[in-house]
Amino acid sequence: MSTVTAEPAPSSAPPGPSARPSRLRRSWEKHWYAWAMVLPVVIVLAVLIFYPLIRGIWISFTNLTEANQAAEICTRSITGGEVCAENPNKWEFVGLDNYVRVLTGEVGEFWQWTGTTLIWTVVCVACHFGLGLGLASMLNRPMRARGLYRVLLVLPWAVPAFVSAFAWKFIFNERFGLANALLSAVGIDPVSWFSDRWTALFTAIVTNVWLGVPFMMVALLGGMQTIPGELYEAAEIDGASAWQRFKNITLPGLRPVSMTVVLLGTIWTFNMFPIIFLVTEGQPAGQSEILVTGAFRAAFEGIRNYSLASTYGVLILSILLVFSVFYRRALRKQGEVW
Amino acid sequence: MGRTPKTGRSRRSPVRSMLLHGTLILASLIAIGPIVWVLLSSLKPGYAIQSTQLTLFRDTTLANYSYVLTETNFPRWFLNSVIVAAFTMTIGIFLSATTGYAVSRFNFPGRRPLMMVFLITQMFPVAILIVPIYTILARLGLINTMPALIIAYLTIAVPFCAWMLKGYFDSIPTSLDEAAALDGCGPFAIFWRVVLPLARPAVAVTAFYTFLTAWGEVAYASAFIQTDNKFTLAYGLQQFVPQFNPQWEYLTAAAVLVTIPAGLVFFFAQKHLVSGLTAGGTKG
Repeated sequence: MSTVTAEPAPSSAPPGPSARPSRLRRSWEKHWYAWAMVLPVVIVLAVLIFYPLIRGIWISFTNLTEANQAAEICTRSITGGEVCAENPNKWEFVGLDNYVRVLTGEVGEFWQWTGTTLIWTVVCVACHFGLGLGLASMLNRPMRARGLYRVLLVLPWAVPAFVSAFAWKFIFNERFGLANALLSAVGIDPVSWFSDRWTALFTAIVTNVWLGVPFMMVALLGGMQTIPGELYEAAEIDGASAWQRFKNITLPGLRPVSMTVVLLGTIWTFNMFPIIFLVTEGQPAGQSEILVTGAFRAAFEGIRNYSLASTYGVLILSILLVFSVFYRRALRKQGEVW
Repeated sequence: MGRTPKTGRSRRSPVRSMLLHGTLILASLIAIGPIVWVLLSSLKPGYAIQSTQLTLFRDTTLANYSYVLTETNFPRWFLNSVIVAAFTMTIGIFLSATTGYAVSRFNFPGRRPLMMVFLITQMFPVAILIVPIYTILARLGLINTMPALIIAYLTIAVPFCAWMLKGYFDSIPTSLDEAAALDGCGPFAIFWRVVLPLARPAVAVTAFYTFLTAWGEVAYASAFIQTDNKFTLAYGLQQFVPQFNPQWEYLTAAAVLVTIPAGLVFFFAQKHLVSGLTAGGTKG
């Protein structure tokens, strides 16, 4: 094996035990090193992701909770020995019960959380992209102090998300936070941010937008810089206005980058755990919860309800899969590569 | 990039120039405002933070820092975070480097499905893996240990590293591989001696980013770790601000201490970061 081109020429294959090499064998000889190279990752994916995934799906069809997970209940007798009996309330297969209970709203607030998640995702990604695009196109011009602006604008990305969450929770503190102080400075009554669903969600969205714009900005700026300058010069000679140049050169030129970052951004925001978890903590009364944090609280607060949390997990993953299938199809229709 | 003609700046009218700079200054203020505010607050004593009177400086002191560093478990949490993040980073990179290379260079059966898997695992919500991983780790007796967190973080790190590295390897010309192959190198030797040394900056960036992801992870850390001396920072910091009687002065000081190393690491890595993320996708 001495060639690494995409289609390596079959080198002198050592004669195997069987005289005529099967298709599988030929394939093996051609690709064994590629497979050997991906093997560690495939094993890790299988053990750490796919096995748990299958288990998670299975758990969602049971009624497993912290209370009924033991197969046996052991009690210490007076003599010091242990008597174990089978747990009469052991967890069992319950079919689609969890899904029915979740989707009909019997437990939890699936539809409210889904609504919140959609609002949260759409608003955040739209703001990320819009602000990122605006700032990137401003930074993409020659001007004074461009490097300084770039560094300052990227700063929020350098702060770990959980630290930003605490910082904004501090700013939105009802009694002594900066936000209320600024509001009263301009004569507006202080707002108790976390006692209303919408203001609570607003604080989380502000936090996440602040956090996410730098990524979009840097990504789009990088995309803009790959657009050949001659296009702009030609357009300028033809008398195109700045807006026309933006619309007809910059935006189409950014398509490959923006498609990827919007897809990634949507998925990341949809699953964005720390912001809601730390900033609003679901206040008031779980109303500002998104799906991921709602599922987490179902799983790990109070009596841990593993099966219910898995049900949410499966539902969230299904939503995302459906979304990305449609997204990819839309991209393909417009002639994108993948 | 100097692709707008040089006349661009001189032709911009003063009003538009002011508008441009005004917007950028405002945006920069919003970007650094919260960071500066936390920094300033961390230098104030508790009563000054709790006061409704807005001041930039008041009774400036480093007492919060010395309290956090000496009277709390903060240094321990810091160490735990470093350990967990470092292990996640090292193992993740080691496992995924060859995969990134193979996916970038060879057209083997299973390549496209593997790429899809990398993408799909990006969208796995915490909610779907956290419960099964928890029950599996509980059966292995690993709950409330560092390895539990490292294992959980690898589920994020491995596909992510492979994806990023693939993007970077794509940008290294294949002619180098071919030249090495003519010299008689096998594929593993080419990877190890030719491509990997060239990709050192890319590997470093991927490693940094993996480190930061593990450094800031909240959900698994909150669910898997139960005792105070094993917390990571992401969970430990929550201890400063319980629902009742939150101590923001210590939180802000701790936040600054957490951000400084992460920010330094970040600044070395960020220039190359985005190219890897987006390249992995567009050249699928």
